[in-house]
Amino acid sequence: MSTQEFTLDDLRRILLEGAGADEGVDLDGDILDVRFEALGYESLALLETGSRIEREYGIVLDEDLLTDADTPRALIAAVNEHLAAVPRAA
Amino acid sequence: MTTSVVVTGLGITAPNGLGTQDYWAATRTGKNGIGRVTRFDSSSYPATLAGEVPGFAAEELLPSRLLPQTDRMTRLALVAADWALADAGVDPENLAEYDMGVVTASSSGGFEFGQNELQKLWSQGSQYVSAYQSFAWFYAVNSGQISIRSGLKGPSGVIVSDEAGGLDALAQGRRLIRKGTRMIVSGGVDASICPWGWVAQLTAKRLSTSDEPSRAFLPFDADASGYVPGEGGAILIMESAESARERGARVYGEVAGYGATFDAAPGSDREPALRKAVEFALADAGIAPEDVDVVFADAAGVPELDRVEAQALVEVFGERGVPVTAPKTMTGRLYSGAGPLDVATALLAIEEGLIPPTVNVHPAEEYGLDLVVDQPRTAEVRTALVVARGYGGFNSAVVVRAAA
Amino acid sequence: MTGRRVVITGIEVLAPGGVGVDNFWNLLSEGRTATRGITFFDPSPFRSRVAAEIDFDPQAHGLSPQEIRRMDRAAQFAVVAARGAVADSGIDLTAYDPYRVGVTIGSAVGATMGLDEEYNVVSDGGRLHLVDHEYAVPHLYNYLVPSSFTAEVAWAVGAQGPSTVVSTGCTSGIDSVGHAVDLVREGSVDVMIAGSSDAPISPITMACFDAIKATTPRHDDPEHASRPFDGTRNGFVLGEGAAVLVLEELESAKKRGAHIYAEIAGYATRSNAYHMTGLRPDGKEMAEAIRVALDEARMNPTEIDYINAHGSGTKQNDRHETAAFKRSLGDHAYRTPVSSIKSMVGHSLGAIGSIEIAASALAMENHVVPPTANLHTPDPECDLDYVPLVAREQLTDAVLTVGSGFGGFQSAMVLARPERSVA
Repeated sequence: MSTQEFTLDDLRRILLEGAGADEGVDLDGDILDVRFEALGYESLALLETGSRIEREYGIVLDEDLLTDADTPRALIAAVNEHLAAVPRAA
Repeated sequence: MTTSVVVTGLGITAPNGLGTQDYWAATRTGKNGIGRVTRFDSSSYPATLAGEVPGFAAEELLPSRLLPQTDRMTRLALVAADWALADAGVDPENLAEYDMGVVTASSSGGFEFGQNELQKLWSQGSQYVSAYQSFAWFYAVNSGQISIRSGLKGPSGVIVSDEAGGLDALAQGRRLIRKGTRMIVSGGVDASICPWGWVAQLTAKRLSTSDEPSRAFLPFDADASGYVPGEGGAILIMESAESARERGARVYGEVAGYGATFDAAPGSDREPALRKAVEFALADAGIAPEDVDVVFADAAGVPELDRVEAQALVEVFGERGVPVTAPKTMTGRLYSGAGPLDVATALLAIEEGLIPPTVNVHPAEEYGLDLVVDQPRTAEVRTALVVARGYGGFNSAVVVRAAA
Repeated sequence: MTGRRVVITGIEVLAPGGVGVDNFWNLLSEGRTATRGITFFDPSPFRSRVAAEIDFDPQAHGLSPQEIRRMDRAAQFAVVAARGAVADSGIDLTAYDPYRVGVTIGSAVGATMGLDEEYNVVSDGGRLHLVDHEYAVPHLYNYLVPSSFTAEVAWAVGAQGPSTVVSTGCTSGIDSVGHAVDLVREGSVDVMIAGSSDAPISPITMACFDAIKATTPRHDDPEHASRPFDGTRNGFVLGEGAAVLVLEELESAKKRGAHIYAEIAGYATRSNAYHMTGLRPDGKEMAEAIRVALDEARMNPTEIDYINAHGSGTKQNDRHETAAFKRSLGDHAYRTPVSSIKSMVGHSLGAIGSIEIAASALAMENHVVPPTANLHTPDPECDLDYVPLVAREQLTDAVLTVGSGFGGFQSAMVLARPERSVA
């Protein structure tokens, strides 16, 4: 049984698919601690991102997570916590 | 005295031309934009042709943030609105906060987006439905997205009356300007060329089943057998004549008259109400039938509807009493986009002094129309009447004329 | 220029728990709620499983089998409400030039219910992308275009004047009536049959609001799930319904001895140009709509006796409009009862605006302000007088009703007594 890891690259990919990227924001740059708002993602984009993560990784995120985790680092950590708690069946 | 309302900007996305220049170059010479459906495989359906907007690269024209949340018709509308504002030389940032609003028409909303989400719902489950579904498909989406993109906080609205709705939206734009708003972005852009939209359109039993682009949509022809649906439309910048004068804007023409009626229930012995709509529009413009230089017909392409329209025009203008044209024979019927596109075309016709042709049609003698066919006709055009009808009995007519 | 003034002379409402004006008003004035666990389909896969459903039998309301077959549920609501409103007004429409009688019906989501059901069939449960036209119902085009709602109403009442559907999301119900008022004022018509209808309680609608967590997940207590202005509110409860009004020019209504419920004295709409679903907390654009509506009515903020709020019960909405009331009415906002009938009948999207106009007119008729049900826990950000739980008797001569919709639309309408002195 192995746990999957959710990485910054995974998050970048899902953000791009579900919400695109703001002009003038370099998602490939050092964004780990930049607030989502500053990256151009508002509540709707984060809800779409959250549900894509839930579907792809088979987890259910806490209702308030998307408002509380306001940077990529915080969101990635929270997702990984879920992945560790609920290891996927082999 | 009521405020005169003029058009100062055009944004066109049409099956035979993207952008006003391309569109007019194609339309004045009769270039057909109808072809086989490319957006899905139409071969299993009775109707296989459509007017699709060619070469529209949304990703080059709109920010990527907008793409996951927009249907094709919204992307077309956003770009058309950008072009119309640029054409009018209007930067909304320089206007007072509530000086400009948006009134668009819609016919069936973002139907392709809706199909994709319905497919996810029923095949995968509710948690697969997009966070954008709550608005991306609904009828208000184009007004909302245009207002947000351009920062327009004035009075806005959304009109739905099938293919008549585009003219009704322009009339509502004029009404809001007369109530005191300086400028309105108005018009309509529609698209539902997706399997689900196709099947829904088929049930009206008015789509042409011909597979020849030059034979499929033949309004006022003895061989008329239905219409070809299309996508696209036009967004117009409307403002008070005074506002246009103050800022030295180029004026395409005035939206001078409007009339709208509704047909009595099927089976009623009351006459078709289209003639009344035309008469109301002329009266509203304060003109007589002989002042009209050209009519842009609704041109349903369905024999009984063509007959009703021809009869109304003959009753108002006399037999062969006015040149009539249907450039939509080059684009297909664009639903809420049709009326605004015809108004834009009429304004371009006024500007050049040239009536664009109706293509592929051999007019049936019995209709008694002076249909401008095959070749454009040079003429002094100062006043044009545009007619549009929506499924169920909506009749609307708009008079546009050269700026005073 | 003192133009033509427009009054309401007929009302019919189809609301959850209140089909017909009397039942509707009894529900509101008794503070009862009509929200319940969804019965229309199995709600178990959904985050939100509560709705305000109408127990509606179209045949009992006089619709023929073929009318039922060709109309989506929302179109059926609209036709039944239109016939009821015309009957209530006592107007003989055959005495009017049919070209001077028009129809506007508001709807946010059109024939969503019919489209959802029929899509499932033609796609064979979502399996076919190239959906099968052989399985399409004959009147699917009527579902494709919500303009069919207005067509059906126009046929039902014999109207042949300017007619349309107004679809501005959740402000459709106010904007539809506002549009009709403008047509009467400008003299294009003598009578408008105006209202709105939506029947959105279907899997696709529940799914799309689940995806943005806009509807409440409070399914353990459905009767108390809609909690506008309450500190524990966590989303709206989807509803359905329709209301249709008969609107006439004041002098002509007087001449025929019509019962006049209220004048629609002012109306305005503005956009926030901000976000398709989000609201800035300051309520600025709604405040501007209120200001302009009052201006059109030539009334001062202090003349408003009651505010019929949008009050959807989402965190952001209730805060947003509370700010808007303070911004537009100043101190008078604190002295004016504000309530949300969505606490009782849910949020029927495009329909609710006209239902709320009807409720506002009935509040004037009865001099009773309907309450906000389920309001127990104060919220520091919502600090006005929201008339908790119990209706209030008070002189009510002027009402402000507002709406806020996806797309950024903010609309406001002022109802007043026509006999008030107009400056």
